[in-house]
Amino acid sequence: MATLISVPIFTALLILQTAIISRIPLLHGTADLVLLAVLAWGLQKRVQTAWQWGIIGGLMVGIVSALPLGTSLVSYLLAVMIVLALRQRVWQVPILAMFVATFFGTLLTQAIAVIALRLYGNVIPLGEAFSLITLPSVLLNFLLAIPAYALLGDLAHWLYPEELEV
Amino acid sequence: MSSPSSRTIQTVVLALLVIGLIALALGGYLTPISRYILTPLVTAQTWLATRFQAVQSYISAPQDIARIRQRNTDLEAQVSKLQAEIIDLKQQIAETRILSALVGFARANPDNQYAAAAVIGRDASPFLQYVIINRGSDYGIRRGMPVVNQQGLVGRIAAVTASAARVQLITDNASTINVRLDPSQTQGVLQGQITGDVVVNMIPQSAKVQIGDLVLTSGLGGTYPPNILIGQVTGVRNRDYDLFQSASIQPAVDFSQLEIVLVITNFRPVDITPLVPTPVTP
Repeated sequence: MATLISVPIFTALLILQTAIISRIPLLHGTADLVLLAVLAWGLQKRVQTAWQWGIIGGLMVGIVSALPLGTSLVSYLLAVMIVLALRQRVWQVPILAMFVATFFGTLLTQAIAVIALRLYGNVIPLGEAFSLITLPSVLLNFLLAIPAYALLGDLAHWLYPEELEV
Repeated sequence: MSSPSSRTIQTVVLALLVIGLIALALGGYLTPISRYILTPLVTAQTWLATRFQAVQSYISAPQDIARIRQRNTDLEAQVSKLQAEIIDLKQQIAETRILSALVGFARANPDNQYAAAAVIGRDASPFLQYVIINRGSDYGIRRGMPVVNQQGLVGRIAAVTASAARVQLITDNASTINVRLDPSQTQGVLQGQITGDVVVNMIPQSAKVQIGDLVLTSGLGGTYPPNILIGQVTGVRNRDYDLFQSASIQPAVDFSQLEIVLVITNFRPVDITPLVPTPVTP
């Protein structure tokens, strides 16, 4: 159930991303709703389907985006790896973990996109990319990180109710 | 004991008095007297009526306020509904204007066949300048077809599904277009940047390029039809130690406001790869 529900969630997020979010840039950077959903889901305590969400999110973004095939999948899986490592180390302060995951997740996904584009002959100037795209994207993702964490937290509570110890 | 004659006299006198008063009143002779008599009466009447109305308003106020509040709520709901209709109508007017301009562009270029499509999204990656349109192979759209609007060249179809297609904009970092500058007829290569700007490179040093020159597709390479407006030169970089000049271009199309585009469906890009000579290995 937790894996299947990711499909309509990512579908809705992708529609929002392409129709609205990508048209509201800060300088030239944009927020990444699917990445935030993957990170927020992975940080939830009782969630065991973080990898599945990373795979489904990466595949769906890969279908829609013009990035080279597999770029989104690889980057989101690496983001899941980061978030699972953070969950074990910063479990007492999940909000801080979300910000840290957002920062490194954004840097990682965009670095992988730049590398993939370069491999396909599309050379992106690194200085301009970092200052005009990556940093503004990090800021926009920070703004949406807390709402994403809260919403996905509610979903996790619904799908994985807490067991009461009697 | 009064005699009948004295009662008769009294009655006649009274009648004559009344007739006289009426006659004087009709003649207007009693107006000043009536003013002095009626004015205090009217004042007293006014005072009493005002107090009564105040008491009546106080007693009936709750019903009035409730009725007025309900009416206010109904009117506010009506205003909201009308405002939504106004917004919808304004959007329809804007779309009609765009479509009208596109029809004018299509009529001005009768050699081409066009399929109109609405822009429904942009690429999720901020490194890429692509848009998604709501027409695909079901409408005869194929990969490589040029995309224009009434302002000029927008890009070309990069990927197609049955009901949607992805358009690579001319501002994309990987976009390269063979162009010519007008009026100098100089050839160059237009390239997009990640900032969304476009630059014409590989302009010969001997070419005379001026600010304001128009940039058009040249048709070389077979990827775009010739003579489609791209933009205008806004700056020229010419250094003696460079092999080529470069010029920054202001695109004719406003890419931040793309709503409806035309796909040129009767143009197929030419694949010149077989004609490119390959080096022979000894």
